[in-house]
Amino acid sequence: MTLHRKNRTVQTNFLDRYSRLQSPLHRSPASWKLLAALTLVIVTVGVPRPSWLQFAFTAVLLIVIALISTIPLWFLLKRLILLEPFVLGVAILTLFRPGGVEVFVLILVKSTLCLFTMILLSNSTPFSELLAVLRRLHVPAVLITTLALMYRYLFVLIDEAERMKRARLSRTFAPQRARTWISLATVIGQLFVRSTERAERIFQAMTARGWK
Amino acid sequence: MHIPDGFLDTKTAVTTVVLAAAGVGIALRRVKREITPRTAPLMGLAAAFVFVAQMLNFPVAGGTSGHLMGSVLAVVLLGPSAGVIVLTSVLVVQSLLFADGGILALGANVLNMAVVGSVGGYTVYSVVRRLITGDRGRLLAAAFAAWCSTVLASIFCAGELAWSGTVTWGLGFPAMANVHMVIGVGEALITAMVIAAVGRMRPDLLRLQSGAPGNGGYVNLVAYGLVMTAGLLIFVVPFGSPWPDGLEKVAATLGFESRAISPPVSSPLLDYQTPGIGSAAMATIMAGLIGSVIVFGLSWILARSLTTGRAHDTSPEKQNGAD
Repeated sequence: MTLHRKNRTVQTNFLDRYSRLQSPLHRSPASWKLLAALTLVIVTVGVPRPSWLQFAFTAVLLIVIALISTIPLWFLLKRLILLEPFVLGVAILTLFRPGGVEVFVLILVKSTLCLFTMILLSNSTPFSELLAVLRRLHVPAVLITTLALMYRYLFVLIDEAERMKRARLSRTFAPQRARTWISLATVIGQLFVRSTERAERIFQAMTARGWK
Repeated sequence: MHIPDGFLDTKTAVTTVVLAAAGVGIALRRVKREITPRTAPLMGLAAAFVFVAQMLNFPVAGGTSGHLMGSVLAVVLLGPSAGVIVLTSVLVVQSLLFADGGILALGANVLNMAVVGSVGGYTVYSVVRRLITGDRGRLLAAAFAAWCSTVLASIFCAGELAWSGTVTWGLGFPAMANVHMVIGVGEALITAMVIAAVGRMRPDLLRLQSGAPGNGGYVNLVAYGLVMTAGLLIFVVPFGSPWPDGLEKVAATLGFESRAISPPVSSPLLDYQTPGIGSAAMATIMAGLIGSVIVFGLSWILARSLTTGRAHDTSPEKQNGAD
């Protein structure tokens, strides 16, 4: 339980801790970064005859960019390691086919490069700037509003869930599994009710300030 | 179930983006037309809510833990179209902000979890809801739909991986479907329990959606149906339909006994191999059919215990609300 809580706290502040640093990478326009990241991912994934030289080149390029960005390397590595299990989980299925080891390694390398690209992008670009790019790309307004509000209140809700969990922990003993499930469901349900009520207040505040 | 980058080839990535865009487009059109301005902040908050709910792990057997997908939860609480948009937003933020789920695979992930998960789940939900009414019916329908949507999304996922040539259907389908038949039970449980909890605290929030089935007009229904059918035709049917031929082909290309496939999680149904049907895909389908009957029964029991236990349910959790 304490471990859980520790994780949560870490997650709350890792969200995009380094996305507002001052570095050449952070200062460059979000649209370029998004385009560059997309290109890199497409080239890495879509190239018909993959060569190790190309992957090595991409890897070096990414590491250089990471050094320019001044984001601590251990942080990037930690993110990478955190996400790698998801890649491994799917990749393991490829092992069972003839010549699977080769495919497995290839996919692992490709995915890791793409992951690193996206981690760099997300940690060098504030989400609001990415949203501005999406808006310029004519992504429907409803979706943009939803995304913007979601990002804005993500942290608030994480805190709220945190507090409810703490309240529960301070009032109960180490619970049985069934009890854990029941109280988790109650926490999630309560979270939804609070989200709805908050949405109501936000709507009133928005209307009061002339939002349509 | 988030597919990372590197697993889908270009044609699959493009096809899934087109289908996902179509599905989300329908949802956006419908939401814009039928929903009041006050729903705009609600969808944003609901997206944040689903995101946080996905972060809360619940303990499963043996020290492992699972988390919610939330498609059916969103659909039951907000309606199908808002559910699609909420899930899409969650996936976009996960991909762009956390690199959880690839950027090229975003189309596939949105298609599987936001469009197929929500619309498929909602279809099951409203069908069961018609059959059994009342609070009990709602919980039963939600639990069963949550299970179905998890399994359905995983089947689409397997189809996309197979179409990309990454993981063969003969391997990916049994592995994905079997694992998610187990995971889906957790999804079903937690979805029904959360809805029951919301019903205890603010029953009015549930009543908003209870009249929803079919109020969006048949055009949208048909449009959603077309997207789902197109997805099925592209990703699932080619592998599953010409059964003897397809299975023979799979067996030949795989070059190993289907028995060699042992899904990483053990459960009674996972090792299920019907005698006489030697193929893993076939056995998976059988397991799926039997599994859905069992899950339906379990959902019924769950719904019963959640509705009848309510009167004398003075558990300490209730006080959590006061915080």
